[in-house]
Order: sequence, then structure tokens, then C-alpha cells
Amino acid sequence: MAAGDMRSVAAVDGRGSLVAVVALCVRYLPVLIMLAVWELVGRSGLVSQQMLPGIGAIAAAFLDLLQSGELVVNAWRSLSRAATGLGLAVLVGMTVGLLMATRPLFRTLFNPLVRILYPMPKSALIPLVMIWFGLGDASKIFLIFLGCLLPVIVSAYNGARGVNPFIVWSATSLGASKEQVLREIILPAALPDILAGCRTALAFSFILMVSSEFVIAKDGLGFLIGSLGDGGNYPAMFAVILTVASTGFVADRLFGSFVSHRLRWKEQA
Amino acid sequence: MTADFGIKIEGVSHAYPGTQGLNAAGTLALKQTDLLIRHHEFHALLGPSGCGKSTLLYLIGGFIPVQTGSISTQKGPVTAPGPDRSIVFQNFALFPWKTVLENVMYGLQKKGLPEAECRDIAQAHIKLVQLSGFEQAYPSQLSGGMQQRAAIARTLAVDPDILLMDEPFGALDAQTRRVMQEELRMIWKRRPKTVVFVTHDVHEAVFLADRISIMSARPGRIEHQIDTGLGPERDESTLTDRRFVELGEQIWRLVREQAVLASRGGL
Ligand SMILES: Nc1ncnc2c1ncn2[C@@H]1O[C@H](COP(=O)(O)OP(=O)(O)OP(=O)(O)O)[C@@H](O)[C@H]1O
Ligand SMILES: [Mg+2]
Repeated sequence: MAAGDMRSVAAVDGRGSLVAVVALCVRYLPVLIMLAVWELVGRSGLVSQQMLPGIGAIAAAFLDLLQSGELVVNAWRSLSRAATGLGLAVLVGMTVGLLMATRPLFRTLFNPLVRILYPMPKSALIPLVMIWFGLGDASKIFLIFLGCLLPVIVSAYNGARGVNPFIVWSATSLGASKEQVLREIILPAALPDILAGCRTALAFSFILMVSSEFVIAKDGLGFLIGSLGDGGNYPAMFAVILTVASTGFVADRLFGSFVSHRLRWKEQA
Repeated sequence: MTADFGIKIEGVSHAYPGTQGLNAAGTLALKQTDLLIRHHEFHALLGPSGCGKSTLLYLIGGFIPVQTGSISTQKGPVTAPGPDRSIVFQNFALFPWKTVLENVMYGLQKKGLPEAECRDIAQAHIKLVQLSGFEQAYPSQLSGGMQQRAAIARTLAVDPDILLMDEPFGALDAQTRRVMQEELRMIWKRRPKTVVFVTHDVHEAVFLADRISIMSARPGRIEHQIDTGLGPERDESTLTDRRFVELGEQIWRLVREQAVLASRGGL
């Protein structure tokens, strides 16, 4: 909310842009402090430069990786895996969650599976998935899919169960069929919960993308982190880690603004 | 027996299950309720709070299953909700992600009318409830009274055979309320339909209805039935009609009796 206000002020008033920059700095002050401490600890000699390379060294390594094309190629490989796994998880998870909430048969069938799978750490499955799906894209996509699936199912289920029965009654008395109630009423009514679940899943997709590539891959950002680390090129390794972190951050912010646009009907409440 | 009735309610009882521990025995909302609502009559339902008026409407609407007794309309026994019986809920129940226009269009689209016609009919009903200019607003942007009027427009637009209204003017100011009462009576005259109208306002009931039922304190039953006999025309002059004033007092006494019983009955 506060950021929105700042933006509108900035649009009206030239001096506003300064205000906006200051507000942004204040918001991310903890991050700046962390970077400063990082740099200081490195320079003080408390920790070897090997273990904690300076920010300058990391920036230089980042530019190298960018110029060689290595970063872009591997980021593309990783992100397309994450997007495929996440996309499939959203489609399947939404369908399963909504059906579980509205069809008793589905609930009976899927409830035990969901309860067992939800708390299980999906990275524990990496070796098994490798045997099933081999070393190619399929194994990574499957792991990401599985990890993202559960939060989407659970949020769709809870969202659909929480729908105000009166709006469902309204729809049926206006002539909606059972199918139409599900698609036109329960789905949009549960959307706030579903999108919150998707946001959690988005974070999971980054975690699983890196950890699965770390163990089983010939390319991708996770693989790059692993191989740079093995080769002792710590500044470059940190550069890739920070790239993953900031890509995840940007993806989350983009998704956040998509959500608030999609749910603008809620805002006034 | 040909269907000369609008809604036939016979021996209907309804118990809500109790929650474990608290009120474990459940709540008996309706007990052996009989009520015959005539074809295309405007029927008002009065009774103390908690006596089961909404419950009776939900049963007629088919939203909750009939446990004992039976409810039927010209289409046969009521088993599920259907577009022949439309309802305005006490709590509006608008679709919060749809604009006012989209809300009002929903039932029309379900009827399979062409989009342009849906839009025209919806616009006309939005105008009728004095919400022109708010077509693109979301329910969360409207006041309680405006949401209630949007819900009324949504229900009236589909022009159902049976119209169920649960305190539909409860959230309106006195002025708007009067206008809406006259509009509703006019719509009913233009397109005759069976109306069951729940209200706490005795004068509203007398002004609108052909017949009035007064329910007993919970568990609800129909305690009294009164023919208003005010004729089809209702307007400003009705309000000063001697019969209107007398009926108002008589019914007020009957309702108060039940309300006193309800308060004595405790929870
Ligand atoms: N879902 C429910 N579960 C349990 N008890 C309920 C439920 N709905 C209603 N009741 C009980 O049934 C009784 C009748 O409720 P109902 O809503 O039909 O009353 P009402 O006449 O419409 O009251 P009001 O005039 O306040 O709207 C009340 O005592 C209420 O506590
Ligand atoms: Mg009620």
C-alpha cells in the first residue's frame, strides 16, 4: 500500500522521485546492511577471501559469466524447467484441489495421498526420480512439479471449502449447473487462496530447480553453482547464487503485482 | 387435484444439527408447518427473529433438503434449487468478483439469451433499482443498501415464477424503501408471480401483500393468516386507508404477542 502511495506521489511531483528512491532504500535497508557486513567481514580478514569473496570480485565474475554467455544459457535451461514444472503443477493442483473440495469421491481418493506427500521433503526423492526419469529434463521437471503440486492442491481445496454457500445457492437458483458452479463460481471465489498457494509454489519451484540440478544435471544454474564450487571459483559461484536469488525475487514481485491486479475486486473491502 | 396453488407446504419440520457439546441436541427451527400459498399471490411472512422464516424460504428454494413433510409447487415436489424459484437472500450473496452488471447478467446468460439482450434486460433492472452509473462497480465498492438493490435486480431480472425474498429491503433507508416497495408491487402486477416476502416491518407487509402469515416463536409454525383485502392498487392513498391503519394495528399486536413469547422462551 505504502509503495503504491509513493508511486502516485512521484508521478505528480518532480521531487517525488527522490522520495520514492529514499523509500525504496529504507525498505531494503536490511539487504544493504547485510551486503556491507559481508564486505567488511571479508576485508577484515576474519574469514578468508576464498570463503567469502568481496562484492567487487563477485561483480567481476558476474560480468565474465554474462559475457561468455554461460549464465544466460544455463539460466534459460533452468527457468524453462521451473516454468514447465510449476505450470503443470498449477493446472493439475487446481483441478485436483477443487474436485477434492466438491466431489466426495475425489476427497476419499486423494486425501490420504495428499496428507502423506505434503510434509515429505521432495528433494529426498532425487535419487529415485533419477532412476525413473534419467538425467534429462524430465527428472527435474517431475521433481519441481511434485514439489509445487502440494501447496496448490491444499490451497485450492481450502479455498473451495471456504466459499460462502449463499453465493453457490444464488448461482444454482439462477440456473447454473453443477459443472458451471464449479467453473464459474467456486473457482473464482477460491482464487485468492489458489493464487496464494501458487506464490508459495513459485518459491518451491526455485528451491527444487537448484537442488535437483545440483545433484542431477549437465546444465542449468544449479549445475553451474556445483561445478564452479568444485572448481574452486568461489566469486563466480557466488555470482550465480545471487543471480538465482534475485531472479526468484523478481519473479515473486511480478507474480505479486499480477495477483493484486487479478484480485482488484477485493481491494476495497 | 389440479394445481391451483403456488406453493404447498405440508407438515414440514426442520431441525438443525447441534454442534458437539454445545447445544448437542440441535435446534428445531420449524415444527409441523402447514402453509398454502395461492397461485400468483403476494404473500408476506412475519414473525419474531429466529422463528424460522429464512429456514422456510431455504426449504422452498430447495437449498436445504426437506426432512419431514413435503413442499411442492406447480412443477411438483421441491428437491433442488431451480431457476423457477429465485431468491433474494438476507445477506445479498452477490458474486464479489463480478461487477454489478455482470452479477445481474449472470442469470440471464444461464437462460441462454443472446448477450445483447442480457445486457439490455440487466441495464433496465439496474435502472429500476436506481443503480445506474454503478454498472462497473464491484460489490465491495457499494454500501449495504446498494448491494441489496443489486441483489434484487439480479433476481428480478430472471423473472421467475416464484419469487422468494428474505427481508429484501432491510438495509434500505426509509425513502428508498418506499420507492422499492411501489416498484415491486408494480412489477408483480405487470408480470404476475407467486411472491413469498419475509419482513419485520408490519406496515411493509400490509402495504405489499394480499395475504399475511404470522409465525409463532421458535419452533416456527403458521399461527395466524390474514387477508389484507386492500385490492390490487397500492399507492400513497393506501397508507391513509382506514383498513390499512387498522390492519397494521391488529397485526402489530399479533406479532408482538409472538415476540413476547419468544423472549420468554429464552434461548
Ligand atoms: N445453519 C444453522 N445451523 C444451526 N442452527 C441454525 C442454522 N440456521 C438457523 N439456525 C437456527 O434456526 C432458527 C431459525 O433460524 P432462521 O434463520 O430461519 O430464523 P429467521 O426467522 O429467519 O430469523 P431472522 O428474522 O432473525 O432472520 C434459529 O433459532 C437459528 O438459531
Ligand atoms: Mg432470516
